[in-house]
Amino acid sequence: MDTVPILKLGSTLLVSIQVDLSDQTALQLQEDLAERITQTGARGVLIDISGLEIVDSFIGRMLSSIAGISRVLDATTVVVGMRPAVAITMVELGLSLDGVRTALDVEKGLRMLQPEDSEAPEALLLGLAAAEPE
Amino acid sequence: MTADPATSQRLAITTDGDVVRVRQAVRGLAQGARLSLVDQTKLVTAASELARNTLVYGGGGEAVLSVEADGRRTGVRVEFRDDGPGIPDLDLAMTDGWTSGGGLGLGLSGARRLVEHFEIDTGPGRGTRVVIASWSR
Repeated sequence: MDTVPILKLGSTLLVSIQVDLSDQTALQLQEDLAERITQTGARGVLIDISGLEIVDSFIGRMLSSIAGISRVLDATTVVVGMRPAVAITMVELGLSLDGVRTALDVEKGLRMLQPEDSEAPEALLLGLAAAEPE
Repeated sequence: MTADPATSQRLAITTDGDVVRVRQAVRGLAQGARLSLVDQTKLVTAASELARNTLVYGGGGEAVLSVEADGRRTGVRVEFRDDGPGIPDLDLAMTDGWTSGGGLGLGLSGARRLVEHFEIDTGPGRGTRVVIASWSR
């Protein structure tokens, strides 16, 4: 059975699915991610599905489950890289990916997962500029 | 609509990995038949749902894949067969959200929406046979 590697980047776990997912591999990924979130205290999970040629009801349910599991473990999941043909098919199939946040690519996904305080210095500078007397 | 045994490909569905193999074989034929990318994706997704049904609800079975010519168009036909318990209430099973197992209940109803041709023959105690097909434009 294939396994999907999970990489850690700061407080984010990165998963790039590059295999044709069997149901067992999908379930294994779900368990591995739950384990890694608690082990590392990760706050974000980014799942890149640009390598997936289809998202059927089982894979769709796995993505929703991962988002739900992460949420109760205090982490946010973002799914990125969905192919246009996959999006069209998934919607026609009747899948809505409830509770799953999505972004077009890895870069935008990572931005969604950036912790609030890392944006703080920028906000502070903006605030200072606004407060500056003319 | 029946498959020509000379050109058809038969794949057993008895394990989780077989579902993946059916997907890959259908993709290969759909590319060869020049289906559009969206139609390929829809056909492969429908095949994935039906192959899983064959395994989980039918207790295993087989898929028979073939390429068909219909005048100017080329199509891919996939037939799923199992000798499982069959589906007692087909109308109910074709309803979105209804499931006899732990699934989402989108397998049959969703698969029908994704392909051009869909036929099903089932009943209590006589297994299930589903045929799907899509053609190039």
